[in-house]
Amino acid sequence: MMRLRYILYLLAGIIMFITYGCREDELVVPTEYDIIPELPAPGTSIRGFYLVNEGNMGSNKCTLDYFDYFTGLYARNFYAERNPTVIKELGDVGNDIGIYGSKLYVVVNCSHKVEVMDAHTGIRIGQIDIPNCRYVRFHRGMAYVSSYVGPVLIDPDAPKGAVFEIDTLSLKVTRKVSVGYQPEEMEIVDDYMYVANSGGYRAPNYDNTISVIQMVDFKQVQQIPVGINLHRVKQDAHKKLWVTSRGDYMGRPSRLYVLDKRKGTNQMIVTDTIPVACSDIAIHGDSLYYYATEWNNYTASNTISYGIIDVRTKEVVSTNFITDGTEREITIPYGIAIHPETGDIFVTDAKNYVSSGTLYCFTPEGKKKWSVRTGDIPAHITFLKR
Amino acid sequence: MSFYLKQALYIATAAGSVLSVLASEPIDTLATQQLGEVIVTAVKPASETIPVQTLSGKELNRLNSNSVADALRYFAGVQVKDYGGVGGIKTVNIRSMGTNHTGVVYDGVQLGNAQNGQIDLGQFSLDNIEALSLHNGQKSALLQPARDFGNAGTIYLRTRTPRFEEGETYHARLSMRCGSFDLLNPSALVELKLSDQVNASMSAEWLNSSGKYKFRYRRVNPAGELAYDTTAVRENGDINATRLELNLNGSVSRGEWHFKAYNYNSERGVPGAIVNNVWRRGERIWDTNSFVQTSATLIFGRWTTMENVKYAFYRTHYVNNDDKQIKIDNLYRQRELYVSSANQFDIMPGWSASASYDFMWNTLDADVYGFARPERFSNLLSVATAIDLRRFKATASGLLTLIHDNLNGQEAPADKRVFTPAIYVSAYPLHDMWLSIRAFYKKSFRMPTFNDLYYADMGNSKLNPEHVTQYNAGVLIDHRQHSTISALRFSADVYYNKVKDKIVAYPKGQQFRWTMLNLGVVDIRGLDVTGLITLNPIRDAYLTLRAQYTYQKAIDVTDPSDNYYRHQIPYIPHHSGSAVINLEWKEWNLNYSFIYVGERYNQQENIRYNYTQPWYTSDVSLSRDFSIGQVKARGLLEVNNLLSQDYDVIINYPMPKRNFRITLTIEI
Repeated sequence: MMRLRYILYLLAGIIMFITYGCREDELVVPTEYDIIPELPAPGTSIRGFYLVNEGNMGSNKCTLDYFDYFTGLYARNFYAERNPTVIKELGDVGNDIGIYGSKLYVVVNCSHKVEVMDAHTGIRIGQIDIPNCRYVRFHRGMAYVSSYVGPVLIDPDAPKGAVFEIDTLSLKVTRKVSVGYQPEEMEIVDDYMYVANSGGYRAPNYDNTISVIQMVDFKQVQQIPVGINLHRVKQDAHKKLWVTSRGDYMGRPSRLYVLDKRKGTNQMIVTDTIPVACSDIAIHGDSLYYYATEWNNYTASNTISYGIIDVRTKEVVSTNFITDGTEREITIPYGIAIHPETGDIFVTDAKNYVSSGTLYCFTPEGKKKWSVRTGDIPAHITFLKR
Repeated sequence: MSFYLKQALYIATAAGSVLSVLASEPIDTLATQQLGEVIVTAVKPASETIPVQTLSGKELNRLNSNSVADALRYFAGVQVKDYGGVGGIKTVNIRSMGTNHTGVVYDGVQLGNAQNGQIDLGQFSLDNIEALSLHNGQKSALLQPARDFGNAGTIYLRTRTPRFEEGETYHARLSMRCGSFDLLNPSALVELKLSDQVNASMSAEWLNSSGKYKFRYRRVNPAGELAYDTTAVRENGDINATRLELNLNGSVSRGEWHFKAYNYNSERGVPGAIVNNVWRRGERIWDTNSFVQTSATLIFGRWTTMENVKYAFYRTHYVNNDDKQIKIDNLYRQRELYVSSANQFDIMPGWSASASYDFMWNTLDADVYGFARPERFSNLLSVATAIDLRRFKATASGLLTLIHDNLNGQEAPADKRVFTPAIYVSAYPLHDMWLSIRAFYKKSFRMPTFNDLYYADMGNSKLNPEHVTQYNAGVLIDHRQHSTISALRFSADVYYNKVKDKIVAYPKGQQFRWTMLNLGVVDIRGLDVTGLITLNPIRDAYLTLRAQYTYQKAIDVTDPSDNYYRHQIPYIPHHSGSAVINLEWKEWNLNYSFIYVGERYNQQENIRYNYTQPWYTSDVSLSRDFSIGQVKARGLLEVNNLLSQDYDVIINYPMPKRNFRITLTIEI
């Protein structure tokens, strides 16, 4: 019965193959550390910074990186190891980050939640469920989160967006206000909130307004027409608002607008249109740093620009804040931040959106200090105070 | 961010993968002789000069397969992308060249999908499929439509052909299948002998399932302590589908003709990715795929001609009801008209030549803003010649493809003209011909799909075709005798493929906006091994072992400055394989099948964060044939994923745990 023996061997082999178990327990996503050649500035009040990597939609790869100036360690994918019990980790498509008091807030767009952590340890405190949430800002003990989805309205094909108010102590939604279509960034000036409405779900009928919200009674009191498909809103030291428009990606280009109060009134109006394309901005002192990525159909390539605008004169004072040629290494700039004390410039490169990105750190003069590998689509940075 | 665009991408995939279908009983006379059992198939190896893998008859029935896609997992060199569940999209990728390079031929005519170039094989039931075969490159036949010379790899699906014994005038088969996921799947087949020359078959099937199944995610920390362990139910994976098929087959003095009408209708939920805080989604798709096709083959002395005509209409309705996301309600309509004439001339014994001409017209209409409503005219001309010196065979073919697109309100891209040659040789070095060696070289391309070219502002009308060059060399051993080892078949092939001008999504402009570019270069080296042995250890008992192993190194060699330069491309394992053990004793049949897919990466970069664990499943089925008077019946019990492994084929798309199915079939 030699044959039988062969068959038995074969069966045994197959069973061993099965039980040999090439499959192992799935481990919690581990943190990776890189050493950064950077020392804390003497007497600095900045401990480090957090960086949110958005992750491609559906990948559940929104991750949090943390750099600590005092240890010199860059921690990649920091959240899961700190919070191993959270099912499916941080979530799908991060969209914003902010620190207020001792808490760190991460807006996770496609997980429809704002994740709240202790700012110093990264340990989870709780979450606030907000559908299709976009950006977070803080004001007088409250967090404000813009959301593409407002109340269920009569017209189900075009629901307006909303801004939710969250009590930062109880982490509960206290109020919400309906704004324009698909609101993005917000800024608060003198107890009025200015919300950039994109209308991105309604292309080509984009929204073109800034919603003005009176904070006392949390009501929308006005919508100021600015430009189509608005995105960023940042205020400078002179309480002027800098607003970006994405354009329609066809005939109407991306633009940067300035809003200021009409003399003697409390009403914001558009005072200037800066003729530059603008994807994101960061303001440091009286310098506004911007970058832009524009697709050119003829050359089938992106035209990328980096510049500085003096917010007092509203003039472009530099057309490249990267001065050592490093910009050639950057495929798709996707985020910008300025160190509030040193003026170091941080620019992220999202590459092809589905592979690890890179974070670059430049001196205020535009020379590269260091760069580090990040998660997928590095995008939003917030600095942690000591 | 602006994730309406991401969504658009998804829709492009989901809606697109919708498909097309087609049919008409081909002139695959060779295949028709090989009905039934695999054993018979194995007898005729000498007729194929190229690597071909076949599953047919009983062997196909015994595999625990819901759909054609499930059965294809048993073929070497094939990776199935499976989004899970009864209604989940399933596409195949042959030898890592990409789904769009795979042709699927249903009863002689290729299924088309000009919208996204992918055929969802999950939509094809095995209920009336008699044989399934995979040809690397092309089928070695000369008499075939020009289109059949054009794919990098082709899957042929052949439905059951009526065959009547003396005195029989009809057959009927009723089958009822039910099981996990609230599956209810009745089907019926009636075959009628209308005259000595004409027969008809009608087949109908209904599939209903809630698509609900439990899945589990579990993580431990490096110390081995449990971090989380959660089990949830897959939602929104329901499907309700019907299939109706009518075939007429006839013979005339000089040949034969076939007519087929096909209709598939379905409504299904799109379960979507499971991500943090999201356990259910609201997308739904309605598909209607209909076509009629007819073919005739006539022999006039040394000249044989085969004519095919097909008209297809595919309608896809995609809706996103998720109140947290953008509302989408889009209707896509595709039409296809296909005419083919294939002609073979036997110049002298052992030397033949053929010429085929195909014309195809495709349109896509969508109620999407600014949609270009593309219309495509394709003209394909092939010439081929084959010599057969008994111990040595060779085929050479060339295909010229001319493509012209028209757009609504936009300037159409330049016409495309591509010539793709192929050469196949095989030799039988031994006198009794049980050993053969074979090799082929083939160039092929895929046109950018309508989505690649014209989808909203993501498409890029300047795209060029994506090219593939394949080199293959292999051996085949095929031996049968009347002893304990009643059949033995073994094949091994090594191959080298190069994909150039691969069409990839490339980020453009601000935020999440993509376009398609001819950017990628992929270098693929692989080994496919298959083996089959049938033993007859005691009377009435047959033990069949079938195994298949694939090794692939498919690396991205686009640009040395990429993080993922020379990394294995996403979702292609280095090692994969399957094994099937079948024990047949009198009316009993026990089948065990095992599928293994090794570790893979879910994105281009081969780093820890993109690592995806291997998965392997064991499926078991037991069947018994019995008769009640004149009625033949068969009962089948299947257990799939016997060890209840929790795995994802595609990241965040969990697969079902252990599940069951019972089938009862009666035949008159």
